[in-house]
This record gives sequence, structure tokens and C-alpha cells, in this order.
Amino acid sequence: MQVNRLKSLLVACLGLISVLFITPVVANEKGGEEKLDPAKLIMEHIQDAHDFHFFTLKKKDGTEFHATLPLPIIIYSSTKGLSFFSSSNFHHGHEAHNGYRLEEGKIVAEDPAEKFIDLSITKNVVQMLLALTLLVSLMIGIANKYKKGQGIQTAPKGWQNAIEPVITFVRDEVAKPNLAGKYQKYLPYLLTVFFFILINNIFGLIPGSANVTGNIAFTVVLGVVSFFVILFSTNKHFWGHIFWYPGVPVVVRLLIMLPVELLGVFTKPFALIVRLFANMVAGHIIILSFITLIFIFGSMSAIAGWGFSPLSVLFAVFIYLIEIMVAFIQAFIFTNLTAVFIGQAFEGGHHDEAHH
Amino acid sequence: MSLMNILLDVSISHLGGAIGAGLAAIGAGIGIGQIGKGAVDAIARQPEASNDIRANMILTAAFVEGVALFAVIAGLLAVLKA
Repeated sequence: MQVNRLKSLLVACLGLISVLFITPVVANEKGGEEKLDPAKLIMEHIQDAHDFHFFTLKKKDGTEFHATLPLPIIIYSSTKGLSFFSSSNFHHGHEAHNGYRLEEGKIVAEDPAEKFIDLSITKNVVQMLLALTLLVSLMIGIANKYKKGQGIQTAPKGWQNAIEPVITFVRDEVAKPNLAGKYQKYLPYLLTVFFFILINNIFGLIPGSANVTGNIAFTVVLGVVSFFVILFSTNKHFWGHIFWYPGVPVVVRLLIMLPVELLGVFTKPFALIVRLFANMVAGHIIILSFITLIFIFGSMSAIAGWGFSPLSVLFAVFIYLIEIMVAFIQAFIFTNLTAVFIGQAFEGGHHDEAHH
Repeated sequence: MSLMNILLDVSISHLGGAIGAGLAAIGAGIGIGQIGKGAVDAIARQPEASNDIRANMILTAAFVEGVALFAVIAGLLAVLKA
């Protein structure tokens, strides 16, 4: 009941926003065809932006119709205070507004001495909020059903059927083997990380959406949070192994094992960060490259463009299927490795076993 | 070295980045090929364990691919940051 009302509210909000704020932006031709720059095109699709740009139509009279959904820009500056306006005021970087200008997707103040903080609602923020709402409403809806006994005394209904095997999988394959005995404490965090990364990965594959997981800032935050979770689960045995690694000569212990182990504490979350970021961004770049190839061929000759497009679309579909698999795998790998590292942090007391 | 820089209109770092990414692709190909070989051999020896083996294969392949993508990111940085 609550989930349905929340869903209706979401649909109403999205409908309102899209009806009120999608504006046709008329741009004048800059005098002739703009040369196709594939690298810039691909980068624009990968990076964060202040509006959702769906497509651009070139009309017969030379003007362009941009179907965009401009997003609010919120800037707090030390001199001007809080500025709140729609990004359509920038007209895709052609105009300045309120002393700010859009350059290469970033906001630049006209006065170079001005310091400001950009707190805008960008594409990534909107997508993260959507993923958050979906995650929270889905999980709370299912949890309420379980509380009433549906799925425990009777057969599971609706989304319980889809989510229960996944939660059981994370609990039995990821949490229990790695976190023997204390997995209940960490299961909420592991499940949240898994589902949040998965939902953002899947959303990112929809054309026109934001590339959230392929954004280094997003993955750095996830990695840092995992780092702190791991850090707060360490015990004396763990730090003993780092500073005084048993089973090797004292010289090796201090000269080699100490720096290596200390560095290892930081490289493990760093690898988590870069792995997720690189996998997602590489997948998006590959898909975008195949589609951009059509336009590259097309700029050479129209026939080549049309002729090459079935091949390119075929490759793009093939890579899309791989990317869907990678979306699931990367979410699983992040969660699994976090669980492994947490388990390594508080395991201990096996002094009888030989150390490797 | 300076003569070469005059003849080229892009810097050496573009060359380095592209070659690095290509080498990373070779490494990933060899690594994941070995994983696949081991997995297929294991399934041939014991077909009942094929589900476990497949899960481990995909997990290990994701690790190897992660390392290869580190190198791709390094190559990308070399090209984009001049």
C-alpha cells in the first residue's frame, strides 16, 4: 500500500518535471557543419552534467532542437551567497548567468577571485536519488510483507520472489563463508552495497541515463566507507600480523613485511575503488565507441555510415549483453571482496597452523 | 628525441598510453584464457562440479579483468592528461 503510494508519487513528480521543464533550446548554426569529435562525444556521455540530454534534432532551417531536461543549479559562494536557478539559463554554455558560466560541463565564475561550492543537483545525483528511492521502497515493502508472515508461513508473493534468492545468495555465498560467526552484524552493509551498486549499474546501461558507478567520486566514497568498516572490525591479531609478521627473520619482518603489509591495508580498498570504476567506465566507452563508429563512417560518406550501422548495432548489442553480466559481477565482486577483507580483519588465533 | 617531437603532432604519451592498453589486453586475454582452460579441464574431469567451477571461474576472471582495467585507466590518463 505504502509502496504503491510512493510509486505514484514518484511517477507524478517525474511527469510534472518532464512536462514543465523540457524546453526546446534553439541554437544558431556556427556557420557550417561542426566537425565530429568522437573523443569529446564519448567523454560527454561518460561525465556528469547539469542536464539530461536525450537527443538533438537538426531541423530543416538549420536550427537544432535539443531535448533536454535541465536540472537545478545550486551554488554557494562566499560573496554572493546561495544561488539557485535552472541550468537552462546557461543555454548549453553559450550564455553566462548570475556571474557564472558553463565551461566544458563545469561551472566557472566570471570573477576569477570568487570561491564557490557547487552543490547542484546533477545527473548523477538524480540517478542516485532514483536508485535510493527504488532500493528503499523495494526493500521496505518486502520487509513489511515478511513481518506480516507472507513468505514465511505462506508462499512469497511479488517482489519477494525476486529478491529473496539474491539476499539468500549474498548471505550464504558471501557473508557466511567469509565472516564466520559475526555475519549478522555485517549483512545489512553488504546487502546495501550490493543492491545499490547493482541498481546503479543497471540504470547506467539505459541510454540517456547518468554514468554513476563509472564516476570515480562515487566509487571512492564506496571504497572509503568499506575501508572504515574494515578498519573498525580489526583486532589485535590483525595489527600484530602487520607490525610483527610471524615466521620470517626479524630483518625481513621490519624491512619488507612491515611496509608491504601497511601498504596492503590501503591498497585493498583502493583496488576495490579502481576495479568498479574501471569496469563500468570501460564498458560504457566500448558501447559508445561502437555507436560513434557509425557517425565516423558516416562523416566519410553517407553510404558507409548506413552500411556499417547494422554491424555496429550488432556489436553494440553484444557488448550490452556482456555489460549486463558485468553489472551483476562487479556488484558481487565488490561485496565479496569487502566481506573477505572484513573477515581477514577479525580472524585470528590460528597460531597452530603454518603461516604462508 | 626532439626531432621526433617536431615530426609528430601529438606527444609520445599518446603512443605510450595506446601501447600500454594494448599490452594490458594481451595480458587479460592470456590470463582469462588460462582460467578458462583450467575450468574446462576441471569440468571435463568432474561434470557434477560444473556449477561450482563455473562460479569460481567467473570470480577469478573478474579479478584478472580488474587488473587489466587498471592498465587501461593508466593508458587513458596518459592520453588525456597529455
